[in-house]
Amino acid sequence: MNSDSLTRAFVILIRRDLMLAVRHRAEMANPILFFVLVTSLFPLGIGANPALLQAVAPGVIWVAALLAALLSIENVFRSDFEDGSLEQYLLSSHPLSVLVLAKITAHWLVTGLPLLLISPLLGILMGLPVDAIKILFITLLLGTPVLSLIGAVGVALTVGLRKGGMILSLLVLPLYVPVLIFASSAVDTAATGLPVTAHLSLIAALLLLALSLSPFATAAALRVSLS
Amino acid sequence: MFNNFFHRMASPKHFYRLAGILIPWLAVPCLLLTLAGLYYGLVKAPPDYQQGDSYRIMFIHVPAAWMSMFIYVVMAGAGAIGLIWRIKLAEMVAISSAPIGASFTFLALVTGSIWGKPMWGTWWVWDARLTSELILLFLYLGVIALNNAIDDKRMAARAVAILALVGVINIPIIHYSVEWWNTLHQGPTVTKFDKPSIHLSMLIPLLLMAVAFKLYYAFVVLMRARCEVLDRERNSGWVKELAEKT
Repeated sequence: MNSDSLTRAFVILIRRDLMLAVRHRAEMANPILFFVLVTSLFPLGIGANPALLQAVAPGVIWVAALLAALLSIENVFRSDFEDGSLEQYLLSSHPLSVLVLAKITAHWLVTGLPLLLISPLLGILMGLPVDAIKILFITLLLGTPVLSLIGAVGVALTVGLRKGGMILSLLVLPLYVPVLIFASSAVDTAATGLPVTAHLSLIAALLLLALSLSPFATAAALRVSLS
Repeated sequence: MFNNFFHRMASPKHFYRLAGILIPWLAVPCLLLTLAGLYYGLVKAPPDYQQGDSYRIMFIHVPAAWMSMFIYVVMAGAGAIGLIWRIKLAEMVAISSAPIGASFTFLALVTGSIWGKPMWGTWWVWDARLTSELILLFLYLGVIALNNAIDDKRMAARAVAILALVGVINIPIIHYSVEWWNTLHQGPTVTKFDKPSIHLSMLIPLLLMAVAFKLYYAFVVLMRARCEVLDRERNSGWVKELAEKT
């Protein structure tokens, strides 16, 4: 078993998941719709005062992104669990953590990336200045993979449970707090015209930490859930 | 030989007997220290020159807050031991710790809130420490919910151990992010009332209470773990013998 075949397995797994997603296009749209809907509810709820909207926009957009990520992350292992392919990954001679990383990557490409692409539109709707929208884009680019990586651990722990959804949010949301804080305050700071390098570095650090640790935790959790 | 010793100590039957002997030796000193701590704290210690008598809630609040973090670390450590060496006893200690830790966290939040009302004029402020303590409570509740949701006890214990380990890595990150968030956003609106370096007459009851709380945790976790042992080993011979004897 050399590294060449491992790379191939990684690529094949991503390609398979992307193909599955393309065949179910309607499902791909759901998180985006949710993201846009939740964000557009806020002006209706708190009034259309532009100054107020601009003040709450970073937090609102990020909380909506967080909830959309939470909603969609549940599916990362669900169908594989139901049709038994998850057990095949466990039995495979490749390290489970790498296969898990492929699953998470594919899932992010299908659900995280669309959020990222639609976010400038939401920034405009909420009246953010252009500089802040740029930073919003960068924070989502760095932050949404963290959400997927942390969420995958929670999903792996709850995948076999009948009522996993409610527990999943209890497990995962507290762990999302640092990303939310750094990302929304980065956008906030950018809106006032101050430099945000420190915030972005911290989110990038969180991403690297999650990227290096989460696959192992997820793999361990899957082994427990499927034992 | 060393390994052997641990495995023998960790055998459920042996643990059940040993814990039964230890519990009174922990519970009685705990009670005595609590009484002494409360007496020195509530009666003997002088009132604070700024806060009057309301500072006295500190003798409950501060040890409870210490315990809330201490127990999470113990839980994660026990969980890791259970995961790595497959020692059932460590799993049981981890599981049994979660509700106690959650109670201490809740106690710290409630007493802090009661303290905050006369001191800060409000029940709740989004102060960094309060917020991270609240998130700690959520982490505990997540652990408890996950444990309840999984029917198979051993599987639940291992899942909880993984969650506790993920949480223990995140606690410092959450703590500092919350701290920076507060300073980034609004500056110190809640001025940390300048604490006069604590006087010995207040420090002694505080330490007494801290030790009493530690002992409380120790004997309650043993009691809970004993129940857990009986529950898990209910089909084994020695538990049946025990049940017939009583």
